Amino acid sequence: MTRTRRLLVATSAAILAVAFGGCAGVGTAPSADPSGSPNATTSELRGGLTIFAAASLSGAFDELATRFEARHPGLDVAPITYDGSSTLATQLSEGAAADVFASADDRTMATVAEAGLVDGDPATFASNVLEIAVQPGNPLGIDALDDLGAAASAQPLVVLCAPEVPCGHAAQTLFDRAGVDVTPVSEEQNVSAVLTKVRSGEADAGLVYVTDVQAADGAVEGIEIDGADAATNTYPVAALADAANPEAAREFVRFVRSAEGAEVLASFGFGPP
Amino acid sequence: MPPWILVPAGVAVAVLVLPLAALLVRLDWASVPAAVTSPAALDALGLSLVTATIATTVCVVLGVPLAFVIARSSRPVAAVLRTLSTLPLVLPPLVGGIALLALLGRTGLFGGALEAFGLRVPFTTTAVVIAQTFVALPFLVISVEGALRTAGTGFESVAAGLGARRFTVFRRITLPLIGPGLLAGTVLCFARALGEFGATALFAGNAAGTTRTMPLAIYTAFNGAGVSEDTAIALSLMLIVVAVAVLLVMRGWREDTAR
Repeated sequence: MTRTRRLLVATSAAILAVAFGGCAGVGTAPSADPSGSPNATTSELRGGLTIFAAASLSGAFDELATRFEARHPGLDVAPITYDGSSTLATQLSEGAAADVFASADDRTMATVAEAGLVDGDPATFASNVLEIAVQPGNPLGIDALDDLGAAASAQPLVVLCAPEVPCGHAAQTLFDRAGVDVTPVSEEQNVSAVLTKVRSGEADAGLVYVTDVQAADGAVEGIEIDGADAATNTYPVAALADAANPEAAREFVRFVRSAEGAEVLASFGFGPP
Repeated sequence: MPPWILVPAGVAVAVLVLPLAALLVRLDWASVPAAVTSPAALDALGLSLVTATIATTVCVVLGVPLAFVIARSSRPVAAVLRTLSTLPLVLPPLVGGIALLALLGRTGLFGGALEAFGLRVPFTTTAVVIAQTFVALPFLVISVEGALRTAGTGFESVAAGLGARRFTVFRRITLPLIGPGLLAGTVLCFARALGEFGATALFAGNAAGTTRTMPLAIYTAFNGAGVSEDTAIALSLMLIVVAVAVLLVMRGWREDTAR
């Protein structure tokens, strides 16, 4: 009995390992090369680097990653995972493997830091304010937050980020300040989804960042909000405690905060921290 | 049955049951009552039950006739119709959502015309029902069509030969024969509508009270990170309980009729 039995046990264990181990691997980027020497100097960074970043950072971080990779030929930066900061925070606390996390507000970074997932202290590297995104040509003539409320004459379809997401939190702050009561037709989980709905014409208006309007390159028009500064979001970045490639993670954080990093971020419309 | 078959079968059961069991382990039971009776949860559950019921009704009204047409058509026609009605089942629901936007969205095929009449479909409860109908209809059609084929036309021919009217044949012969299949299809259809997420998220959006059904409420709660993750898990538990109840009811009913 024993040989077949053992074979069966081994096979089923293997199937289980594939079934569950395989699932665990889904969604995580290739892990870093474990042979990377911990004493490597910055010019000798090797292995992989996995970055989780807020959706609003997508253009800027792609550019930063490309430059960082060019500077360290031995390093392979995985395609960056962009989503709402809160979604990424949940994924990290659920064990997603990443080396660097950049969030669109301090509140979300704090939840990750409190869970003990951050290496050192998060550092602020950029800021952003909201604008009202409307169709090109602004057909409904929206020019202030008042025009989005229930009392507005045009009754626009408004899409916002959910209040749990940084852009939604900032939007709520601005509405509260202006005393406007807005009922969005949908609450999205990241700012890109809001932009998409306005861009495709399914919604009349949405609150997105100045940087998103700039990145949309004419596909939406941005209306400045009076007193938008009151809800300025600051972006913190941190190397993660469980980073597979801690050296590269720390170096990338330094690069984001360097003069060159600031220049790239400014070119995408981000403000200084 | 060769004995080794028990091994992969056992693994299969583990794959199905372990994740749900893990969910129960993770659940903070003390927080369940508050989480499931919170206004947000009740809103979502109510909306889900109402929209899934309407969608299921629409599926029965439209799907049973379609199943009849397929079952009584010539082989090539039936093959084409069957493929078309199975399509939503194999497509990712997100594709359904994009397709519905392409049809009924503002810039969609019919959407612009509807807008001109003052009708807006996306971001409404109607959009939720349409999305649910789209993804759930195949379950109804396939179950009923299968039942019709199994039942055959023998009894119907005899009844018609004895002088029964068409409607009498339908009511007294066909319906009772396909009863279990129809019920199974309806229940599956309802369960699928209840669980629908992808097409709803794209086509109907995510607004509390209007389009935030249970699956969207779970997604939203989960993305809130930290505190509200308990709510997400509690809501998931609720959805599982409803699904299991629905399947048990179906099981019980079918065994009764089989005896």
